[in-house]
Amino acid sequence: MACEDGRAMEVRLTLNGKPVRVEVDPRERLLDTLRYRLGLTGSKEGCGEGECGACTVLMDGVPANSCLVLTAQCRGRSVRTIESVDAKALGPMLASGATQCGACTPGVVMTALWVKENPGLRDSHTLRELMAGNLCRCTGYDGIIDGLHAWVESDARSGGAA
Amino acid sequence: MKVHAPATVNEACEMLARAAAEGRTLRPLAGGTDLLVHWPSKSAAHEGEYLDLSGVSELRPLVWRDDALVLGALTTYWDVVREARVAAELPLLNAAARQVGAVQIQSRGTWAGNIANASPAADGVPVLMAYDAGVALRSSGGERVVPLSAFYTGYRASVRRPDELITAIEVPIRSRDVAVFHKVGPRRAQAITKIGVAITRLAGSGADRWRIVANSVAPTVVRCREVERLLDSGARITSAGGFMPALQADISPIDDIRSTAAYRRTVMGRLLYHSLLGACSSVV
Ligand SMILES: Cc1cc2nc3c(=O)[nH]c(=O)nc-3n(C[C@H](O)[C@H](O)[C@H](O)COP(=O)(O)OP(=O)(O)OC[C@H]3O[C@@H](n4cnc5c(N)ncnc54)[C@H](O)[C@@H]3O)c2cc1C
Ligand code: FES
Ligand code: FES
Repeated sequence: MACEDGRAMEVRLTLNGKPVRVEVDPRERLLDTLRYRLGLTGSKEGCGEGECGACTVLMDGVPANSCLVLTAQCRGRSVRTIESVDAKALGPMLASGATQCGACTPGVVMTALWVKENPGLRDSHTLRELMAGNLCRCTGYDGIIDGLHAWVESDARSGGAA
Repeated sequence: MKVHAPATVNEACEMLARAAAEGRTLRPLAGGTDLLVHWPSKSAAHEGEYLDLSGVSELRPLVWRDDALVLGALTTYWDVVREARVAAELPLLNAAARQVGAVQIQSRGTWAGNIANASPAADGVPVLMAYDAGVALRSSGGERVVPLSAFYTGYRASVRRPDELITAIEVPIRSRDVAVFHKVGPRRAQAITKIGVAITRLAGSGADRWRIVANSVAPTVVRCREVERLLDSGARITSAGGFMPALQADISPIDDIRSTAAYRRTVMGRLLYHSLLGACSSVV
């Protein structure tokens, strides 16, 4: 299979749990497809070079920078964006000073969600290591880490999904 | 721009062979963490042709053979981090993988992409080279396995022909009694290496046991063969300066935006000295 400029390439993927079919330019990045073709503007472009994490989505369940993925590469993959997240479910992260201007927040939340949903990660990694790909210019990080810590611990206390 | 999406290795190799025969450049695309940086501004690259490997499931698996760990070309850093047996048997692969970028890069970036990109600052390459890894190159004409230590021919240049695909990296499993990896950068995550070193020693007696591999201190990632010889000779080195004459022959660091030649040389000597002090007290 091959696809050229100008000619649309058909890509089928699972987006936020639903099958989706998009026709894209082969050079289009996932971030651009989400924002400009599908109107999912929650994922942000901070740097366009993989450094800041503002564009973080979960690809097959693991954080990835959507600025460094071609939509054409998402054939058959499962992508989850911030739009799938119910803010009320974020628990202590809402009240810990984990967000100020909000530019980094969608990416921070996606990585935090992955940490929350995969308790085993904390056996091998610190929360700061897991969150290292999400830069924030406002909070000084403590609010993010404290909120995430309280959130993951809230499971342990309620005997939940660990 | 044209994106080719082969489903099999054979199909991918045929596409590469046809492009090479017609004088077209067809670039493999794996995780995209090197190729897609600042993509919207790279319009010249958009004119090019890409071979998207993401649909080639044959390239995915990480497989344990009796004598080697085989990383399929699409194996990511995160695949290695998650594989507990790697941390136990080839700990430097785990150590380096965890220090590449951050999780978002580790989940997409591949070891084969790191090798093919041929940056002198690559962090995956030194540890693979210190483990005597081989690079499996496939073309429509057949397959060859090249030792990683013989893969680079100069700055961003390698023995890989344009019609060849890296299909796998073979890491032999051998007993080692020293294994150290250090990456010196401005911060822990998302940092390009100023100076890095991977050190191993084969267990047992025999000659040719040491591997000292450095990055960011020469036009390519380099085996420091003079330092290896010095250590293999059993010489006692009692200060960081004791490594300098050998290092002078092995490395050729430069001043650039990330560091200076003098800093790199000095720190490399100290990294060796302190690594070996900790890892192997019989040397120093
Ligand atoms: C924010 C950020 C942080 C980073 N941090 C680090 C770091 O700490 N250490 C480090 O070493 N690197 C780092 N990198 C660089 C990059 O992530 C790695 O080099 C990665 O291993 C590249 O793999 P990839 O699959 O993404 O390659 P791609 O971008 O897909 O390709 C890279 C090159 O390899 C070629 N290629 C890929 N696969 C094959 C194949 N199978 N056969 C032949 N050629 C092939 C491509 O044509 C291209 O030339 C970083 C990058 C970013 C954006
Ligand atoms: S915009 Fe993708 S990492 Fe910054
Ligand atoms: S809240 Fe402003 S960048 Fe993080």
